[in-house]
Amino acid sequence: MSATDHLPETHMAETDAGLLRFLTCGSVDDGKSTLIGRLLFDTKTILADTLSAIERTSHRRGLDAVDLSLLTDGLQAEREQGITIDVAYRYFSTGTRKYIIADAPGHEQYTRNMVTAASTANLAIILIDARKGILTQTRRHSYLAHLMGIPHIVVAINKMDLVDYDQAVFERIRTDYLSFAAHLGIKDIRFIPMSALKGDMVVDRSEQMNWYSGPTLLDVLERAPTAHSEMDEPFRFPVQFVCRPHRSDDAKLHDFRGFMGRVESGRISIGDAVTVLPSGKQTRVKDIRVLDSSFPHAYAEQSITLLLEDEIDISRGDMVVQSEKSALVTRQLDAMVCWLAETPLDLQRKYLIRQTTRESKAVIATIGFRVDINTLDRIAVERLEMNDIAHISLRLAQPLSIDAYAKNRATGAFIIIDESTNNTVAAGMIL
Amino acid sequence: MSNLAQLPKHTLSHLDWLESESIYILREVAGQCANPALLFSGGKDSIVLLRLAEKAFRPGRFPFPLLNIDTGHNYPEVLAFRDYRAAQLGERLIVRSVEDSMQRGTVVLKSPDELRNKHQSVTLLEAIEEFGFDCCIGGARRDEEKARAKERIFSFRDEFGQWDPKNQRPELWDLFNARVHKGENIRAFPISNWTELDVWQYIGREQLEIPAIYFSHQRPIVRRSGLLQPVTELTPANPGEAIEQMMVRFRTLGDVTCTAPVESDADTLEKIILETASTTITERGATRLDDQTSEASMEQRKKEGYF
Repeated sequence: MSATDHLPETHMAETDAGLLRFLTCGSVDDGKSTLIGRLLFDTKTILADTLSAIERTSHRRGLDAVDLSLLTDGLQAEREQGITIDVAYRYFSTGTRKYIIADAPGHEQYTRNMVTAASTANLAIILIDARKGILTQTRRHSYLAHLMGIPHIVVAINKMDLVDYDQAVFERIRTDYLSFAAHLGIKDIRFIPMSALKGDMVVDRSEQMNWYSGPTLLDVLERAPTAHSEMDEPFRFPVQFVCRPHRSDDAKLHDFRGFMGRVESGRISIGDAVTVLPSGKQTRVKDIRVLDSSFPHAYAEQSITLLLEDEIDISRGDMVVQSEKSALVTRQLDAMVCWLAETPLDLQRKYLIRQTTRESKAVIATIGFRVDINTLDRIAVERLEMNDIAHISLRLAQPLSIDAYAKNRATGAFIIIDESTNNTVAAGMIL
Repeated sequence: MSNLAQLPKHTLSHLDWLESESIYILREVAGQCANPALLFSGGKDSIVLLRLAEKAFRPGRFPFPLLNIDTGHNYPEVLAFRDYRAAQLGERLIVRSVEDSMQRGTVVLKSPDELRNKHQSVTLLEAIEEFGFDCCIGGARRDEEKARAKERIFSFRDEFGQWDPKNQRPELWDLFNARVHKGENIRAFPISNWTELDVWQYIGREQLEIPAIYFSHQRPIVRRSGLLQPVTELTPANPGEAIEQMMVRFRTLGDVTCTAPVESDADTLEKIILETASTTITERGATRLDDQTSEASMEQRKKEGYF
């Protein structure tokens, strides 16, 4: 069995339900670390030596039971502060599906970390303390999850054990949340009552909440669509690398020109008409290759080498697209950005923008407004500081090939780089 | 969630997804960095990296040389495999050794039997300077250790090779930023999102060759502080210790002095995968003498320029 036989045709969907990336939002007080610990514990991801280490720590701190939140405890500095200060990634598997958890902190000053964690997630779990109901941070997390284009939201109403597993509490929070979410335009929301501490409705069902007949958290995770498997987006193939071996000892390779990259969305077949952006030149797909094998089709998220019928000058940063459904080639764009750097935005300066595999110099022409993420009010501002979310207009030195972020997360996203430090200073979602 | 009921047809399996992401990362290194190198030790993680590099760049040559930092205490079978695999691929292999750094005086051991693992950082930084590498591709995984869970895929190091966990670039979507000024460099980790089990499943699926000591074999062993310590010239038994002949295999390969095998009769890839899936001890917990010193020891070494 050669490995490449696996590529486009056999998807093993029956036995392997792929990989889901999700995000947990909430503060330490909501029991977020406990929830992650519970998921890892109940899916038997935690191994004996790790468990005995947290048992020791729990006892040292004078706790009666093992504190599952210690599992996601991170670096030294944080251990000293007792809080999570950055995005941490955790892994578990259920045998049918692999999961990557992006653990984002709940504190206000760390909007940038949540935005970072959300950028690769396809589902967000928003934790609410059943005793407290919807808080400012709930609105903030929900807005950011929506802004970052996460299609599935699970509202985990946690600590039900502390409200006597009362259905009325659950229903009230659910109603409150729905009226608020309608305002945001979030489409797919699920509500699960749970106690991460006791293990109710996380992996196992609960004797305490027979009034709830919906799925457990793990049931939802097991069946949620993975990224790119739900929208019928047009084919987008940003070129990462051009392969020209020029091998004189092999006649077949002498003229080989392979365009290497990942199918960011849609699908492509040999013979399909494609357009190369930004030049607009048209050709057809001659072959789709991985190593020595040729494939008739390739799908979103597959890394492939594309061979084209005609000799067109193509380099890194160009994008091959489906001819009937091309992307917009433009030198100016409007976007929502999250400012990530401690140094504020300087309207006088030129920045570098990277979108797909392409870079261009850019100036921020105007700041439309800043969004107060607690109230969702729009505020006129002159400058942007760390953690600010704002509407901006950009002018570009080089054309970019774009789609709206709401339509395509891969071709609608960009980062802004400060060339003096080379730091990534902002994340942008094209409108 | 009306569309939850059935999975769409073109969902990639988790291994296909991980493979594709890793190929994407390798191509980003090639596209963004002027002079990268791939750290190849002959261990399982870097064996996977080489397979991914083949899928990323063939029919072309790799756009980077392979680099190995040899402590002088590696298992000879692994070094032989390293040379064999590099030659088989027809790719350039650069080896720099901690012993050369010791001769230069840039590595000074506190005692002759001090573990050399952490001193690899010095030799690595010297190699980076010698060749002007702006990026080193490594096989580290986030599931290995707590400090790695927050590591970026493109991890920025200053000109002293230092990792500052509080001063890392935000990493959003798959828009990696490998830009550096002269002297600074990037460590890129294409298999960040893989677990130990993913690595073995992939080795099994791709039928990759691995050094024989990953498979069960008989070896003289002493039991020391809960771990199995192989008895070798470098690591003799202490007076009074009982030497046993045991069936063992290595889960992870590093220095002879700091890598402990586990008791196992897994002599095929299939058995290793089964054993990994049902194990109850973490990879480093079972095998690494150097990580047990303190809970934060990996974090400390990374700050000092370690992989």
